[in-house]
Amino acid sequence: MNVWIAIALTAAGCYLVKLTGLLVPAGALERPLVQRLAALLPVALLAALTAQQTFGMGSTVVLDARAAGLAAAAVALVLRAPFLVVVGAAVAVTAGVRALGW
Amino acid sequence: MAEQTAPPVIRDGTPTKPDAAVVRDALGVGVAVGLSGFAFGVTSAGSGLSVLQTCVLSLLVFTGASQFALVGALAAGGNPFTAAAGAFFLGTRNAFYGLRLSQLLAVPKAVRPFAAHWVIDETTAVSLAQPTRRAARIGFTVTGLTLYVLWNATTLLGALGAEAIGDTAAWGLDAAGPAVFLALLAPMLKSATERATAGIAVLLGLGLLPVLPAGVPVLAAALAAPLVLWFQGRRMGPTGREKDSR
Repeated sequence: MNVWIAIALTAAGCYLVKLTGLLVPAGALERPLVQRLAALLPVALLAALTAQQTFGMGSTVVLDARAAGLAAAAVALVLRAPFLVVVGAAVAVTAGVRALGW
Repeated sequence: MAEQTAPPVIRDGTPTKPDAAVVRDALGVGVAVGLSGFAFGVTSAGSGLSVLQTCVLSLLVFTGASQFALVGALAAGGNPFTAAAGAFFLGTRNAFYGLRLSQLLAVPKAVRPFAAHWVIDETTAVSLAQPTRRAARIGFTVTGLTLYVLWNATTLLGALGAEAIGDTAAWGLDAAGPAVFLALLAPMLKSATERATAGIAVLLGLGLLPVLPAGVPVLAAALAAPLVLWFQGRRMGPTGREKDSR
């Protein structure tokens, strides 16, 4: 039930912000500070999510095979690999490191 | 619909982009990103959501980063409100895309509620890259349609696949989520401001993990954005020049 509540809230919230952008008169969100905050907010959230889903285990911080996978993704990104290759590299390396028993 | 006010187009010089070229660009982005719905389907089902819940997310939320964030937060034991809040804040950037697009595409009022669902990173990127309103409209529509169809189809396949293979972690599939986030984040790290924000957010996100309830540390980490802007504002002063230390 909790999952459905979360899904409903997310679907409604995400749709409403998309629609807001199309409906509000131009200029309403054009203040420089608002624009800069809007650009930085995803940076902060994505960085925190990347770190937590790589090093988080419940409420503890751990170093396991996922870290190796993320390092592989980072290398793929530096080499300008396509999106799917980046994700594939992370998955393959994580699986490989786990298979080695780490 | 007739573009009476548009500047005259030279008939044989064709300064406008051919429709076929726009469609090709749009299909390229739509297909490549649409296929990554597979990663979402696998991650979501691997996080304990049902196939139906996973598919409803892709059908109704349809903004990848928010979807990954939501299932990640739920898997970590977050309550539905903090989980949805994180996904919502990630989705707020779409409002700013909509603002740009409403001027560029001049979407008719009646179409706006439908077009809104497709206002995301990829459709915005393709539309903004086009030279004319006609090309932007074609780019938006083709990217949106391709992406919507493929993202939902591959979500279903991924979710069914995850159920079939059982332990997704053994296949390393729990690394797909963070890899997606990193791939979205990397092109945003353009200047020291973005890198400082990301660094502080990582420290807050991991540092607060043991002390705050699940889902809340991500929201707290979002404070890195106003924090960095505030520090910048202080250093620059109201006139925009470096201030003396007193």
